[in-house]
Amino acid sequence: MIDRNPAFVRGEMLPAREPPAGETGLLKLLRESFFKDWLSALLTVTSLIVLIWIVRSVSPWLIDSVWNANSLSECRQILGGAEGACFAVIRDRWTQLLFGFYPPTQYWRPVLAFALMLLAMAPILFPPVPRRLLWFSAAFPGLAYWLIWGGTLWLPVSAYAGLAVGAIVLRLATRLGSGVAIGLALAGALVWWFFASGAVTTALGQLLPLSLAPVTSREMGGFLLSIVIGVTGISLSLPLGIVLALGRRSKMPLVKTLSVVFIEFIRGVPLITLLFTASLLLNYFLPPGTTFDLILRVIIMVTLFATAYMAEVIRGGLAALPRGQYEAAEALGLDYWKAQRLVIMPQALKISIPGIVNSFIGLFKDTTLVVFIGLLDPIALSNSIRATTDWQGIYWELFIFIGGLFFIFCFSMSRYSMHLERRLKTEHR
Amino acid sequence: MELNYETEIDRSRMRVSDEVAIRIADMNKWYGTYHALRDINLTVRRGERIVIAGPSGSGKSTLIRCINRLEEHQGGRIVVDGIELSSDLKNIDKVRSEVGMVFQHFNLFPHLTILENCTLAPIWVRQIARNEAIETAMHFLEKVRIPEQAHKYPGQLSGGQQQRVAIARSLCMKPKIMLFDEPTSALDPEMIKEVLDTMIELAEEGMTMLCVTHEMGFAQAVANRVIFMDQGQIVEENDPHDFFNNPQSERTRLFLSQILRH
Repeated sequence: MIDRNPAFVRGEMLPAREPPAGETGLLKLLRESFFKDWLSALLTVTSLIVLIWIVRSVSPWLIDSVWNANSLSECRQILGGAEGACFAVIRDRWTQLLFGFYPPTQYWRPVLAFALMLLAMAPILFPPVPRRLLWFSAAFPGLAYWLIWGGTLWLPVSAYAGLAVGAIVLRLATRLGSGVAIGLALAGALVWWFFASGAVTTALGQLLPLSLAPVTSREMGGFLLSIVIGVTGISLSLPLGIVLALGRRSKMPLVKTLSVVFIEFIRGVPLITLLFTASLLLNYFLPPGTTFDLILRVIIMVTLFATAYMAEVIRGGLAALPRGQYEAAEALGLDYWKAQRLVIMPQALKISIPGIVNSFIGLFKDTTLVVFIGLLDPIALSNSIRATTDWQGIYWELFIFIGGLFFIFCFSMSRYSMHLERRLKTEHR
Repeated sequence: MELNYETEIDRSRMRVSDEVAIRIADMNKWYGTYHALRDINLTVRRGERIVIAGPSGSGKSTLIRCINRLEEHQGGRIVVDGIELSSDLKNIDKVRSEVGMVFQHFNLFPHLTILENCTLAPIWVRQIARNEAIETAMHFLEKVRIPEQAHKYPGQLSGGQQQRVAIARSLCMKPKIMLFDEPTSALDPEMIKEVLDTMIELAEEGMTMLCVTHEMGFAQAVANRVIFMDQGQIVEENDPHDFFNNPQSERTRLFLSQILRH
C-alpha cells in the first residue's frame, strides 16, 4: 500500500523545453517518410528504380533532339538512325501555333494585347498594385478588341459610351427605386447600342480616322484563339455565375425557377453540342444576312457553359456559410445587396476558390474543343502542320509544345489560387 | 452561477421613462403549422432592462428575433421606436439600424478585422465618414476593454473577447435598444463574467435592454422585469425580487427549482 498525501501543489510552473534529439531535422524526415518500415522502404526503392528508368529512357530522346532542320526527313538524316526528337518543327512553325494565320506583319498587335492583359490583371489579382490601375483594367477589353481585330477605334469607344449612358441613367433614376433604375439604365444602354452607336462610330471615324488594318476571325488561331476565348469566358463567367447562384437561392419563385432551369439545362448538355449550336443552328435562327462573328458566338456559348458550372460552385460556398452571418448582417441594417457584397460574397468566394479555379482551368482547356467546329485552335494547327509534306508524321514534338504551353497557363492559375487562399486565410493568423 | 452585483451596481442612471420603446400587441407566429408564439402582449419603456427566461423551445429567442424582424410574425402588431414592422423593407432597415443585437454565437465577420467589423455598418448603413467611424469604433472597443485587439481577426480572440467585440459592433450603430440572445451560453465559465460586466455597464448607462439569458444572478441584479415564457406564451411577468422569491405560477416554480438547484 502506497502511503502518500493525495494533495499535490506545484511550487513553480514548468518552463517549455527543447524536444529530444532525433525528433527534428533531416534524419527524422528520412526515417519517418521514406524508411518507416519494410513496406515503405520497399516502396521507396521501387519508386526510385521506376524514376531512374523513365529518366534514362526519355533523356536520350530529348538530349539528342534536333532544332535545326527544314523537314522531318532532314531531321532523320541528321540523327542518322539515333533516337531523338525533332523540335525543328517548333522552331519552324511556332508563330503559327501561337497566332494561326494572323498576318505576320501584325504580330505585334496580339503580343501587345497580351502584355497589356498582364498589366490589366495586376490590380485585380494583387492588392499592393495601385487601385488606380483598375481604370485601365476596365478599359482593357475594348482596347484588346481593337488591337486584335483592328478596324476603327471608335467602335469599342462607342460601345463603352453605351455603358456610360447606362451609368448616367442609373444615377438620375436612383430616386425611383433601385429596381426601376436598373431597368431604365439597361434600356438606355440598349437604345444607345442599337440606334445611336453606329452613327456615332461612323461620324467620329470620318472626323478622326484612328484605325488598324482589320483582321478577320477566320485568320485567327492557335494560342491567340485559346487565350481570347479562355480569358473572356473566365472573366465573364465569374460575375454571371455569382448572379445566377444568388438567383438560385432567391426567395422570388420566378427568378429561382429561371436560374434553376438555365443551370440544369446548360449542365445537362455537352459543351460540344453548344458549340455546334453556335456554329450551325444560330445561322438558321438569326435573320438572313446577319454577320455574327463565329468567335463571338463561341465565346457566348463557352461563357454560358462555364457560368452554369460557376453558379453551382459558388452556391456551394454560399451554402457553407453559417446562417448567423446573414443574420448578423441583417441585424446591423445592411440591405440585401450590401450584405451580399460586404459580408456574404467575400466569404463564400473564399470558400469556393478551389472550385472556381478548377472551373477556370477546365474552361481554358475546353477551348481546344473549338477544333470540331472548324476554328483553328492549337490542336487543329498541329493537324494542318502535319498535313504538309515537310512535317508529315510528326506527333510528339507538337503535342509536347502545345501541352507545355497549356500547362504553364493552368499551373499558374493553380499556384495563384493557392497563394490567394493563403492570403485570405484569417482564421488562425 | 451566483453573481452578487447588488452592491457594485450604480443605479443612478437606470431610470425608466414613460416613453414606449417597443409595443407588441396580440402577436402570433407560426413556423409552418407549428404555433411558436401565442398572443404575445408586451410593452417595453425606454430604459427598461428586461430578462426573458424559460425552458428551451419556449419561444424566447423567437420573440426577440421578431423585434428586429429576423423572424416574421403573422398576427398582431409590433411597433419599435414608433415604427411599425410590416413587410415594408424600408421600415425594417430603419428598425434594424436602431436596434442592436448580440447573438449566442457572436456572428462576427471572420474575414474582417475587429475594427472593420465595428466600422462596417456605420460606414455603409449610416454613411458616416471612415475616420469618424474608426474613432467611434475605438471608443466602444475601449469601453469593452479590448482596444489593443482592434487589428486582429475574430478567429484570434477568445470567446469572451469576441462577444465583447460583438457588443461593441452593435453599439457603434448608436442603437436605442439592445437585444441579447443568450449572449453567454456559448462561453467558457471563465469568460461569462467579462461579458456580463460589459452588459451591466450598458445597463448603468440607461440602455433599453431585452436579454434572453439563463444568468439568474444577472437577472436579479440588473433587470427591472423578468418574463417567464413556456410553450410560446408569456407565463409570468414580475419584478425580479418577486419572481425569484415568490413566483406565482406553478410552471415558474418548477423551472426555478430546476435551474437553481445546484
